Amino acid sequence: MNTVLILIKRNIKLFFKDKGMFFTSLITPAILLVLYITFLGNVYRDSFEMNMPQGVKLSQELMNGLVGGQLISSLLAVSCITVAFCSNFLMVQDRANKTIKDLRISPVKASVLSLSYYVATLASTLIICFASTALCLVYMAVIGWYMSLGDVLFLLLDVILLVFFGTALSSVINFFLSSQGQISAVGTIISAGYGFICGAYMPISSFGSGLQKVIAFLPGTYGTSLVRTHAMQGALAEMERQGIPSAVVNSLKDAVDCNVYFFGDKVSVPTMYLILGGSIVVLVAAYVIMNSMRKRI
Amino acid sequence: MKDIIKIQNLCKSFGDVKAVQDLSFRVKEGELFAFLGVNGAGKSTTINIMCGQLLKDSGSVEIDGKSLDDDLEKIKGTFGVVFQNSVLDSALSVYDNLECRAALYGITGRAFKERLSELAKLLEFEDLLKRTVGKLSGGQRRRIDIARALINKPQILILDEPTTGLDPQTRKNLWDVISQLRKNENMTVFLTTHYMEEAAEADYVVIIDSGKISAEGTPLELKNTYTGDFITLYGADEAIVKSLGVEYDIIRDAYRLFVPNTAKATELIVKYPEIFLDYEITKGKMDDVFLSVTGKKLEGGGLK
Repeated sequence: MNTVLILIKRNIKLFFKDKGMFFTSLITPAILLVLYITFLGNVYRDSFEMNMPQGVKLSQELMNGLVGGQLISSLLAVSCITVAFCSNFLMVQDRANKTIKDLRISPVKASVLSLSYYVATLASTLIICFASTALCLVYMAVIGWYMSLGDVLFLLLDVILLVFFGTALSSVINFFLSSQGQISAVGTIISAGYGFICGAYMPISSFGSGLQKVIAFLPGTYGTSLVRTHAMQGALAEMERQGIPSAVVNSLKDAVDCNVYFFGDKVSVPTMYLILGGSIVVLVAAYVIMNSMRKRI
Repeated sequence: MKDIIKIQNLCKSFGDVKAVQDLSFRVKEGELFAFLGVNGAGKSTTINIMCGQLLKDSGSVEIDGKSLDDDLEKIKGTFGVVFQNSVLDSALSVYDNLECRAALYGITGRAFKERLSELAKLLEFEDLLKRTVGKLSGGQRRRIDIARALINKPQILILDEPTTGLDPQTRKNLWDVISQLRKNENMTVFLTTHYMEEAAEADYVVIIDSGKISAEGTPLELKNTYTGDFITLYGADEAIVKSLGVEYDIIRDAYRLFVPNTAKATELIVKYPEIFLDYEITKGKMDDVFLSVTGKKLEGGGLK
């Protein structure tokens, strides 16, 4: 047990000491923040105002709560995945710079090494994502707080599940990589692409119907939707309390991906948890099987 | 002395490339064994098979009486390896690196601290423990590489070109430590090197070329078989040297005569005592052996 713990400590230390890897993992959230400051914030705001019935104007604080909720849900949904990928690149770096040879030359079991990479990625990503969640909640408290304690707890659960999902997904994908070039390629694709396909930059509801159907097959979509639901449902409930018709609020939920549809059928929150949890189990099982099947040449 | 490494008819191919072909040799416990060959000769492939990093195609490998096929995990614990290039984590401290590597062998807590203290004393790096490995000099880093290889008290220390790129003083210091270990702990040292003067110190030498053994023996046997002797003759005229009828080179203040062996040298000296008034006889060097065996010259890490 001590061996695993010491290896996990090594992997976590290496991730946080490698400034390149650490800051790369924050590129996508940083891009999102820049986009938000430059124009996405206004786009979200205009879109909410356009969805309001004529003559209804939301208070500045409530509007901030809605826009802020959408921003923090996007940031957290993306960070859980991109940070996990970058943290897990250590596994590939160890192969690329031949450190793995030094580890495998010892009698330590391959499963212990794999477990240490997985748990270290999980821990590093959780540390960053919990810190981000704390910052996001402080931000929400400053601009307009409508979340209940339940929302906060569920938001934390969503972050944990997404981190587990990101770690499992990155473990499976990184398993096949072995060079710095491949790290750069996958890192770029994940950084640039995941924000789009999970609906962090623009809601999935604004994509074409064909693309929406494809995205409905990706488990990460439901993770983003869960985070968004728990970050925004307080503000949306407040709208209803202020007399905004349920139909309007519901269409707003559709517009911001709190409601996600699978071929026309609305996916409930418990089902989203099931999909995300199931995906984690499948990916972890795949990672375990791939490791057990790995053979020496 | 028992055989600690026994390799019989070892073969390994990568596609059409036959990296190791029917290789057989033995290493005795406690000896310094030199395994020589140009880059691509099959040295690393053989070492990787011995350490369980590569699968062999055929043949058998026994380490300390255990078969590689049956006891790989136990065999792995008998090796310590110093790789050609350091594979420690540059971003971590010396302490963190060694703690992590020790844990791979189940050495943790108090046992680790005791072993670390022994090694730090032996290799004189007590003051480097908190330093980041990436910020160490080449010689300091090599000492930590050796400490890493010794962390599990291995029976066999594999040195894969350990002194390449090091200055002469650091090389000498490293060899002093290795000699001390061999003497005190009867450790077997399996060496690959491009420095022939290091190979000349070995108890037994195997030279491989294209995956096959080209020559093997003690350095003396190899020198006697593959090179001649040299007589360096001082204070003689070239005309007289020429009259001896042997091949020679002119060096700064003497002539260097090539003779097939020591017996011929003695014969020549006894025949012409009036010419051989001031002279010395030396054997050929390991460089000459390597050149003669493979037709290639090893120098500073490359093929010439």
